[in-house]
Amino acid sequence: MKIVSESTPPMERDRLGATATGLLRELVAHLRMHRTDLREEWARRITEAALLTAMSDEEIFAEATSVYDNYVEALETGTFQALQAYARNLSERIIPRGVQTDEVVGIVLLLRDVLARSLFAKYQSDFTLLNRILDAYEPAANRIANTVAVGFVQERERIIREQQEAIRELSTPVLQVRERLLILPIIGAVDPQRARQLTEQLLHGIRTNRARVVVIDITGVAAIDSHVANHLVQTVEASRLLGASVIVTGLSPEIAQTLVNIGVDLGKMNTVGDLQGGIEEAERLLGYKVVPLGEAA
Amino acid sequence: MVVPILRRADFLIATIQSALSDSGLVSLRDALVEQVGRHRSRGVIIDLTALDVLDSFASRTFRDLAYMVRLRGARTVMVGLQPEVAFAMAQLGISLENVSTALDVEEGIAQLTQTGAHGNQRGR
Repeated sequence: MKIVSESTPPMERDRLGATATGLLRELVAHLRMHRTDLREEWARRITEAALLTAMSDEEIFAEATSVYDNYVEALETGTFQALQAYARNLSERIIPRGVQTDEVVGIVLLLRDVLARSLFAKYQSDFTLLNRILDAYEPAANRIANTVAVGFVQERERIIREQQEAIRELSTPVLQVRERLLILPIIGAVDPQRARQLTEQLLHGIRTNRARVVVIDITGVAAIDSHVANHLVQTVEASRLLGASVIVTGLSPEIAQTLVNIGVDLGKMNTVGDLQGGIEEAERLLGYKVVPLGEAA
Repeated sequence: MVVPILRRADFLIATIQSALSDSGLVSLRDALVEQVGRHRSRGVIIDLTALDVLDSFASRTFRDLAYMVRLRGARTVMVGLQPEVAFAMAQLGISLENVSTALDVEEGIAQLTQTGAHGNQRGR
């Protein structure tokens, strides 16, 4: 930082004595004045860097305009709530288009560069003033980049959580197919959390439907780890304690291997090859016999 | 705390209302075994609906009870286990082996009646 001395010309002394707020105001005015050029420059660099490839040039330009204006406003006001809200809103729109985190961080940093270069150009004759301008600009610009990136990531996480919840609810119905007979068709990967949820649904389903037999079909499950396998065995045992027998059907060779590896007591597990066989066995346990119409019962 | 034992036709129904101490469990076991003989019951139903935990001593005692009652000519069914308790027991490896289970008293009676009629073990 240059030391103001008697020999410093008055005009310069004034500018050096200007507060950070004053400098910020000055640079915001500059950014507003050159809005069109700078925005175009930025959009051009985005395309050059092959970012936002999922969006058309017109779309990029339209979003660039909003981002630019929000950026400058955040610089001006020093508050970031509006920017945060805008970032979440923008993310909500572009995430379904397949835009990635590195692209969003990339374009914000590009804008930061474009604006910084513009400041270098303007204040190039006065290195000290340039330094002070940058002192005012950099913290705010960094905070903006951070806010936008974090907003984007938070939005992504929110969407992922929503989707996971939706998938979880979709794939674990407990279905009553006969009086006292429930079927639990499991499809897809079963992680410990999903296993816990399945067990809870099943045990409560047994109580609600007063089931005596449950067929758990895992044809749609390729493999489970030993932790989930143990959980399955415990679920079978817990079901028995509620007065329901469990038949497990559709075990893949891999899962059969896993169960053998963890040393499951096969006496405790009633298994049948496929769902059809499982239902037939269940009906037998319940005392049903299925006969074609027209045949003597 | 004494567990009330109801008599309904050929069955004895013991409803456990709160956590039983070890001695309380033993008293219940002995009372049921005695009454099975006195009333010539053919079935014992133990209602565990109010229990929120079942430890290994309790499960051992109930197992013994089932055996002793069987020796006196009656079958035992445990009913009303809460899902959370059932799973906790399964996790801890506490099983009520060779003890029949059913959802509630009504199911328990149905099970005992059918077992008596057809002479085969159900709900396995």
